[in-house]
Amino acid sequence: MSVRLEKVALTGNQALAHAVRMAKTQVVAAYPITPQTSVVETIAEFCAKGEMDAHFIQTESEHSSMSACIGASMTGARTFTATSSQGLALMHEMLHWAVGARTPIVLGEVNRALAAPWTILSDQSDSMAQRDTGWMQFYCGNNQEVFDTALLAFKLCEAVLLPAMVVLDAFVLSHSVEGVLLPHQELVNQYLPLRETLAKLDPDEPHAFGGMMFPDVFMEQRFKIEESMDIARGVIMECATEWDALTGRLLKPLHCYHTEDAEYIVMCLGTAFGAAMQAVDQLRSKGIKAGAIRMWQYRPFPTQELIDTIPDTSSLAVVDRAVSFGCGGPVGTETKAIFSGNNQVKVYNYIAGLGGREIRSSSFEKVFSGMMENTASQNKINWLEVRQ
Amino acid sequence: MPFDYMTYLREEKLPHMWCPGCGIGIVVKAMIHTFTDLEWDPSDIAIISGIGCTSRAPGYMDMNTLHTTHGRALSFATGIKMHRHDKHVVVIAGDGDMSAIGGNHLIHAARRNININVIVNNNNIYGMTGGQYSPTTPLGAKAATAPYGNLEPSFDLVELVKGAGASFVARGHVGNGRQLNTILKKAFDHKGFSFVEVVSNCHTQFGRRNKMADPMNMISWISDRAKPMKKFEALSDEDKTRCFPVGVIHEDVSRPEYTETYQELIDSLNNGN
Ligand code: SF4
Repeated sequence: MSVRLEKVALTGNQALAHAVRMAKTQVVAAYPITPQTSVVETIAEFCAKGEMDAHFIQTESEHSSMSACIGASMTGARTFTATSSQGLALMHEMLHWAVGARTPIVLGEVNRALAAPWTILSDQSDSMAQRDTGWMQFYCGNNQEVFDTALLAFKLCEAVLLPAMVVLDAFVLSHSVEGVLLPHQELVNQYLPLRETLAKLDPDEPHAFGGMMFPDVFMEQRFKIEESMDIARGVIMECATEWDALTGRLLKPLHCYHTEDAEYIVMCLGTAFGAAMQAVDQLRSKGIKAGAIRMWQYRPFPTQELIDTIPDTSSLAVVDRAVSFGCGGPVGTETKAIFSGNNQVKVYNYIAGLGGREIRSSSFEKVFSGMMENTASQNKINWLEVRQ
Repeated sequence: MPFDYMTYLREEKLPHMWCPGCGIGIVVKAMIHTFTDLEWDPSDIAIISGIGCTSRAPGYMDMNTLHTTHGRALSFATGIKMHRHDKHVVVIAGDGDMSAIGGNHLIHAARRNININVIVNNNNIYGMTGGQYSPTTPLGAKAATAPYGNLEPSFDLVELVKGAGASFVARGHVGNGRQLNTILKKAFDHKGFSFVEVVSNCHTQFGRRNKMADPMNMISWISDRAKPMKKFEALSDEDKTRCFPVGVIHEDVSRPEYTETYQELIDSLNNGN
């Protein structure tokens, strides 16, 4: 079989739409919101041109979009939606429902800060606020990864019967053009066969869904979801390895840069990683053992991978682009919990880049000096480059 | 003396972000004339909006303004009016904002007959997000999410709101600002829920895809189809499908206003009745 690849100039949103097309998605339901809109516009065009044999529903709100996706998914259809910020927040009730109903929906989530005050620029507060819903979450670093992650997400979701978010930074990825390698359709067909499921609304074999569960079984249902999250850890690796074998591109829970011997490490999600690597180069040129990590897989949380990656006696600063007010950054707080019994690894938490504020390499250099000069606090949240 | 718009505008916020020729400017102008005619003190007006091109209007208006979430302007406005029913509460929204995501709030505010003035700038499209079809996009018209024509029948907002129980329902259009001013005056004066649909132009997102990229072409297309109620009724059934009636369509002064009824209940309970 030919594995020749075609390189196309695509925005992150278009890359996502192409993945949805090549996945032979059957139902797409969405509502317009900046900066997501061009994802579903591109899909609507694919559908209208007959390049995609899917039904596109433009609903009257994001709450309805997710409801329609759940309905469609329960009939056995491969289902997709995309949203951002307020739209994701409006979906919140239905995000829980999608998980409880075990519908393997894939959602393209273009990170944008939540109001008030209004902004359309990026931070991760919208998706982080959904971390307890039971959706798997993957934060992309470039447009190729957006495409690859979306295909992996369909395969993964259908295997473990949980939904997933493919998360990309507003504008930096969503509206910026990069070269993206599109595989041949046959290769995608091989990787991702059509969806088959037994648990569905089927006129030939009627089932009841969404019933009441009493305390004698409710907790078991929840336990099953957690169990599937655990199973997903292995399935993610299998899906990633298979994709790597077909394309030579490996998706990894953690992308590491010079971490093996590092004494000081910064960790972030999304596109800020570029600036983090620059800062590492800068410090390495001065003989400082610096490293950087980009977390691609946020849910299920890559606990073991972090333990295996962070060298003993190192300092780790987690730079969050979201804040849980009164507590800390979501990723920082969770990372601290992992290393709480380890006195040798020092974990710091920084908040940066909210509402589209740029995180530059000089910003990461400040984070490194905070750790090296002991000016950063381990017990409190460190707000980076903020006027107080 | 030239008309003073600046009493009601925030000069430092100008120039505005709307496309040249956009109908929203005509609506804002008519609103300011109406406020002036009625001698409403800007400090006594709260103007509430949701999300979309139209919802940017309060940002330019120098009064109590609240730019809220998509679709929810009427819910915020209901809270404001319930606590400050002595003040003027005006909602301005686009068709997508008010009749798609906010459609539920629209029918319930109309049903309660709460004294809020709603103006919907209906340009048949989601302008700000790039021209997706809305619940008022005509059947067959093109949109970013309907490149081969819209398959969904559209709402008649005036009939919808009338059916939901609004006590004042009217329609104007951007081709006749003076008439719009007269309609708005009646609407703002009305005690109870008032709803004014303004048939408007988004030549950028709707017109461009439907052979009316020039704002003047689009405004003429609107003006040609606008008929006063009497003339509209005399049209043949076929002509009626192409045209729309303008003016005050429905007015009922007999219905009790919600905040007043509520106050009466409080008073009667306080008096031990
Ligand atoms: S996009 Fe349409 S509605 Fe928005 S400002 Fe331009 S013309 Fe007006």
